[in-house]
Amino acid sequence: MPSAGPVTGSRSFFSKLRDGDEIARLVTLLFAATVVLITAALVWELWVNSALPRQKFGLHFFMTQTWDPIMDDFGALPFIYGTLVTSVVALLISVPLGIGAAIFLAELAPPRISDTLQFFIDLLAAVPSVIYGLLGVFTVVPLMRTVIYPALNKPFGFLPIFKGPSYGVGFFTAGIVLAIMVIPYIISVSREVLLSVPRDQREAALALGSTRWESTWKVVVPFARTGIMGSIFLALARALGETMAVTMVIGNTPKIAASLFAPGYSIAAVIANEFTEATGDLYLQSLIALGLALFLLTFILNGLARILIVVTTQKGSGVTA
Amino acid sequence: MGARLRWRRFVSNFMLTMTGVCAVVSVMALFLILGYLLFNGGTSINWDFFTKLPKPVGETGGGMANAIVGSGKILLLASLFGVPIGFLGGIYLAEFSGRGMASVVRYAADLLNGVPSIVIGIFAYSIVVLPFKHFSAFAGAFALGMMMIPITLRSTEEFLKSVPRMLREGAMALGASKWKTIATVIVPAAYRGILTAILLALARVAGETAPLLFTAFGNRYESHGFSQPTATLPVMIYTYAVSPYEDWHRQAWAAGLVLLGLVLMINILARTILSRGIAVPRS
Repeated sequence: MPSAGPVTGSRSFFSKLRDGDEIARLVTLLFAATVVLITAALVWELWVNSALPRQKFGLHFFMTQTWDPIMDDFGALPFIYGTLVTSVVALLISVPLGIGAAIFLAELAPPRISDTLQFFIDLLAAVPSVIYGLLGVFTVVPLMRTVIYPALNKPFGFLPIFKGPSYGVGFFTAGIVLAIMVIPYIISVSREVLLSVPRDQREAALALGSTRWESTWKVVVPFARTGIMGSIFLALARALGETMAVTMVIGNTPKIAASLFAPGYSIAAVIANEFTEATGDLYLQSLIALGLALFLLTFILNGLARILIVVTTQKGSGVTA
Repeated sequence: MGARLRWRRFVSNFMLTMTGVCAVVSVMALFLILGYLLFNGGTSINWDFFTKLPKPVGETGGGMANAIVGSGKILLLASLFGVPIGFLGGIYLAEFSGRGMASVVRYAADLLNGVPSIVIGIFAYSIVVLPFKHFSAFAGAFALGMMMIPITLRSTEEFLKSVPRMLREGAMALGASKWKTIATVIVPAAYRGILTAILLALARVAGETAPLLFTAFGNRYESHGFSQPTATLPVMIYTYAVSPYEDWHRQAWAAGLVLLGLVLMINILARTILSRGIAVPRS
């Protein structure tokens, strides 16, 4: 027994192996490395299996509108358009609502009520997307046709975005369903970021004679601005990648239309619908190329979101300048 | 009191009330969803739903016994694949890692966590379905297991790291080797948090549909073993909801109620009972 000296480091590799330490380290390392391996394989497979459209269409793939499996001509623009439009609609609805709710939970509500409401918000985030789709098909779509469409089309029908007939399904419907789906993410992250704003910021504003709302809106929210942006990016990444709920209510028509009531298509939806029936390598690989594009987009947004959120919460926990 | 101050007070009260309205509206969405599903699913659920196979297209009646069994099989297999990798990898991150490797693993896990589920489906298709040349429960479980890895990994790491130093030092002082300390002291001290996170991960993938569409595919009959196309509840809800048949819609509602009930039940159990006194991580 070595009685003196540091416990670790002085022992030989074999004595550590006998204790089991080295074995445990190697075994857990193996499993940790699997995570890296799987992730690398994912990126590799997406890249390799989308080579054909890359060679044949190049960047034109993302700029042309034809999606014609019979003539083997593929352009992704209608899907990119649909994905972006639905996500923007979703954010326009969910950002004000989500930030408002987060302000209430972080600034106004007593801790017990705030925690209870947050618990419900967490449950809302756990609702599977196919359930949103189910409700979308049977409640939001009819509601769109009978209530929302007439209400917007009559007074604002001259605007291109509210023009034309409504079939119930379409960009707007998908945007509404997406909005409900991403609200929990905005609330949870924004609430946490707001809670990390130091107390003295609020007190200083109140001491200078501002009302409660002024201290919240002009001091606390700007302090947490970057983190709230992070929560919005996170929500956007979720909205872009969401598949089932959108597939069920967007109408699945590969067309670019100015009207929000028109049916459209999204990247995730076209993959979900056509992947199993894709005949021919170019068709299948075009769908995988769409998957790769979606992956890259969400990858960038998630990275940005993480940086913004970390920056803000650290700012709050550190000494304020 | 000046008019300006009154106006500022009014704005303050009004806006603060509006934030309350926002919170109520958001939370109400949950209860509307629940209520609607209870209303529509409750009236369409019956014993046949749990015990019978789907009837041929056009005939009414039948149930989703095969999808319930299929979902169970795939979730079991997914856990067997995803949990060990996440758990042991998490132990590596918390206890053994040097700086370089750990940040690579963490980065990979975060990346994996953000991948849209439909893209996971494409990957599982090209790596499991294509080589074996048919859809299978294996492929579906691979996809779902992959989605469980990052959550399990990061929460295992977090909870292990939150175990007080004194426990660790106490075990070391008694002469326990490092892995013995981990196995007998640290992991038991953190197990409730880790189990909570694993349950939440399971609840999350239980409702996933997109990665199963072209991995487990679907089946109108019972599938034996793990290498056949397998029906699952979420995929059944999707196909039934977009079908034109009235009776299928009814069954979609019933399946939706069962699925949502299951997912929320796991969530509530994990968050309230198991995690009493622990901060539950959000996915």
